[in-house]
Amino acid sequence: MQQINLLLTSLPDGILLGFVYGLAAMGLTLIWGVMNVINLSHGPIIALGMFGTFYLFTRIGLNPYAGLILVAIVGLLLGILIYAVAVHRVINAPHLSSLLATFSVNMIIIGLGTAAFTTSPYNVDFAAGGFKLGSITLLGTRLIAALVAMLFTGGLYLFLFRTRPGKYIRAVANNRAAAELMGIPSTRILALSFGLGTMLAAVSGALIATFFPFSILAGGSYELKSFVIGVLGGLGNPIGALFGGLVLGMLEGIIPAFMESSWVPVIEFGLFVIILLVRPSGLFGAKQQ
Amino acid sequence: MKTWQRYSGIILPILAVAALAIWPTITGKAVNRESVFTILKAVALASSLNILLGYTGYVSFGHIVFYGFGGYVGLYLLTEQQWTLWNAILAGGFASGVLAFLLGTAILRLRGAYFALATIGINEAMKAFINNFELFGGPTGITLNFSVYKPYGGAAQALQTSFYIAAGLALLAILLSHFVRTSKFGLGLLAIRENEDAAEVMGVYAPKAKTWAYVLSAIIPGMVGVLFFFKNGNVEPHDAFPLHASIELLVMVMLGGQGTVLGPILGAFAYQGMRGFLVTSDFFKDIQLSVSGALLLIIVLFIPAGAIGWLRHQLPTLRRVLA
Amino acid sequence: MTILLSLQGVSKRFGGLQALSNVTFDLPQGQILGLIGPNGAGKTTLFNVINGVYRPENGRIVFRDKDVTGFKPYQLAKMGMARTHQIVRPLNELSVRENIMVGACFGHENQNLSNAAKIANEVLEFVGLGVRADQLAGSLNVAQKKRLEMARALAAHPYLLLLDEVLAGLNHSEIDNMIQTVLKIREQGITIIMIEHVMKAMMNISDRIVVLDYGQQIAEGNPEAITNDPKVIEAYLGDPRLAERLLEEA
Repeated sequence: MQQINLLLTSLPDGILLGFVYGLAAMGLTLIWGVMNVINLSHGPIIALGMFGTFYLFTRIGLNPYAGLILVAIVGLLLGILIYAVAVHRVINAPHLSSLLATFSVNMIIIGLGTAAFTTSPYNVDFAAGGFKLGSITLLGTRLIAALVAMLFTGGLYLFLFRTRPGKYIRAVANNRAAAELMGIPSTRILALSFGLGTMLAAVSGALIATFFPFSILAGGSYELKSFVIGVLGGLGNPIGALFGGLVLGMLEGIIPAFMESSWVPVIEFGLFVIILLVRPSGLFGAKQQ
Repeated sequence: MKTWQRYSGIILPILAVAALAIWPTITGKAVNRESVFTILKAVALASSLNILLGYTGYVSFGHIVFYGFGGYVGLYLLTEQQWTLWNAILAGGFASGVLAFLLGTAILRLRGAYFALATIGINEAMKAFINNFELFGGPTGITLNFSVYKPYGGAAQALQTSFYIAAGLALLAILLSHFVRTSKFGLGLLAIRENEDAAEVMGVYAPKAKTWAYVLSAIIPGMVGVLFFFKNGNVEPHDAFPLHASIELLVMVMLGGQGTVLGPILGAFAYQGMRGFLVTSDFFKDIQLSVSGALLLIIVLFIPAGAIGWLRHQLPTLRRVLA
Repeated sequence: MTILLSLQGVSKRFGGLQALSNVTFDLPQGQILGLIGPNGAGKTTLFNVINGVYRPENGRIVFRDKDVTGFKPYQLAKMGMARTHQIVRPLNELSVRENIMVGACFGHENQNLSNAAKIANEVLEFVGLGVRADQLAGSLNVAQKKRLEMARALAAHPYLLLLDEVLAGLNHSEIDNMIQTVLKIREQGITIIMIEHVMKAMMNISDRIVVLDYGQQIAEGNPEAITNDPKVIEAYLGDPRLAERLLEEA
């Protein structure tokens, strides 16, 4: 009986969190899908999104959800910058090069962030009330975040499938050489795609900042979750990422009802490795190579 | 080939390690010994990783898991089972080797980025698992009772002994690296690195070769782990499996030049030296990670073969010496 | 006459595409078998199946009296099969000599490093890459890489050699040279299957020819019989009456 109670509280929370996890993972998987690059600076960018919200909220008093727009724009521009400086030169090199290039950006951001913010925890003191559903209380921040995640997912879908730049992105993802032959400016499209990926990461960070305290290092665990989700959902498949996020969120909600919550990472990463081995294309199918 | 030609590739590396080991004895300062200890540890780890990364071409981002796992096993045997340090070190290496064998059979099927991700997953899973594992002390880890140092002449003497063992392990690592590189087994690994499918068509039994490369690359890190935790007096899960350290190992191998015996030594020396300088300098102290990152970026973008690799391309005649 | 290789009803499908159907032939030791057909007919796929890269859904492959269906490439290499690739695969960061040594070390003779080096030197002379022995394989031009590919295969002293378009991109005199080389290889007792598009060469050196079209074996026989086979003509030219007219005009 106690377990069911635990379940009833942690499961809905987990699902709502799962939306945000899925949003973060979408950023990672989009970049992977378009240019076969795993962005190892994903974590710090999520953390930057957290800090962005923090400063907008505490300095200007800007509501975190309104501040989201700004965070998104900065995230987009930052991604384009990172692409231009670090990724473009090694886009056609073996995987190791782009992994190390993005990781070096990771190190740079963490180093600067540690110097600027130290590693003590920051907090965005924003409450959005709660909703009662029977015996369960759903936090307002979680609900709004899940809604925002769904909005962004819908927005991404519309962008990719209903706009011309989106079509170009899908073309480049499919076959870069052929896209170039048809006159698509692949470098600009790649930069845009990278920027979109980092934008999603930054936005997810902004949302997470309304849940938990954070530091510049907080992005790391979400980056790892994004890997797990990416593989679960199929690397390169944004919709799969959303579902993968929900699956992970549910797992995080269910497991603590049955064992110590410290086992959650073991199961997460164990699952991660198993999926890589058994079904590397993920539960929902990865982009075809 | 004449004997001196055959072994010329090992001379420079041995000299380098010997010089590192002798220098603190000459200056007599403990602080030098400690900084050289860090370098020797890095040399041992980087040279071992090189067997997998440089020779076989498989990028492991979570290689530190062998350091942590072997270290934990060895330290547990040392404290709870009263094993001697030597036996504990050997056991740690053996345990890591076995782990590598089991893991390798599973994950070496993956290629490229998928393999790299899997190694990260394994490192994190192991860290989380050990965090829950009561036998190894769970989240608080294992702490050494000071009496453990008595058989080694007390804590201060133990530090000195640890230094010599570290030098020994570094030497062992580069000898292993050299023998793999100049063996038929090593030729097979290089073929796998260059083109795994073509290598299989030529008869290289890739699955077995890769697994053994993985095992060989795991043993010495396991031994180093035991030594380091012994010297430190304790071990905790997040100390034992630091993902950042794992990637710094990669940087060292790449900086010096992967695929050569000398490369990781040079890379370890340069990287640790740079870190040491940054950490003590007031200006750079906080942003040392950023400087390392920027350095890595420059290397990746402009000198991907690393220092030794670049030299080998420019000076083909020296290739045999700069092995 | 011992049969070195025997294919019996070999079929291979990729999803909805039937790449090979029911390919059947025997290859006696010491013969040169030509494998021809339009692009996409399945010739390289057949090599991949014989070589162990793909496993056939149906059929059997018998090599040196052993059923090797489903064997992996390294197992077949250890039994004495070697091949070259249409798109060459040099081991770029290794020297030319080291490339060839890999063939000798891991082929069925399992040589140690110093013997392999000796064999490599012999083979280097044979294919004419002697001066480039210490160069990095990645620095060679395409023609040299093709010779390297062949040298690697020869260094293993194979029983069966699969050559995939070794003449592609060569000019007339180079083709003649290569034909002489292939004949010399046969003189060493090696059995050869060659995929080629250069008809003149094929007709000259093949003892027998197998023709593939859309994965099916549409003809098999000696070169003359093949040139006059209307099915073959149609597969290549598309219109048997055009062939007649061309033959009349000639």
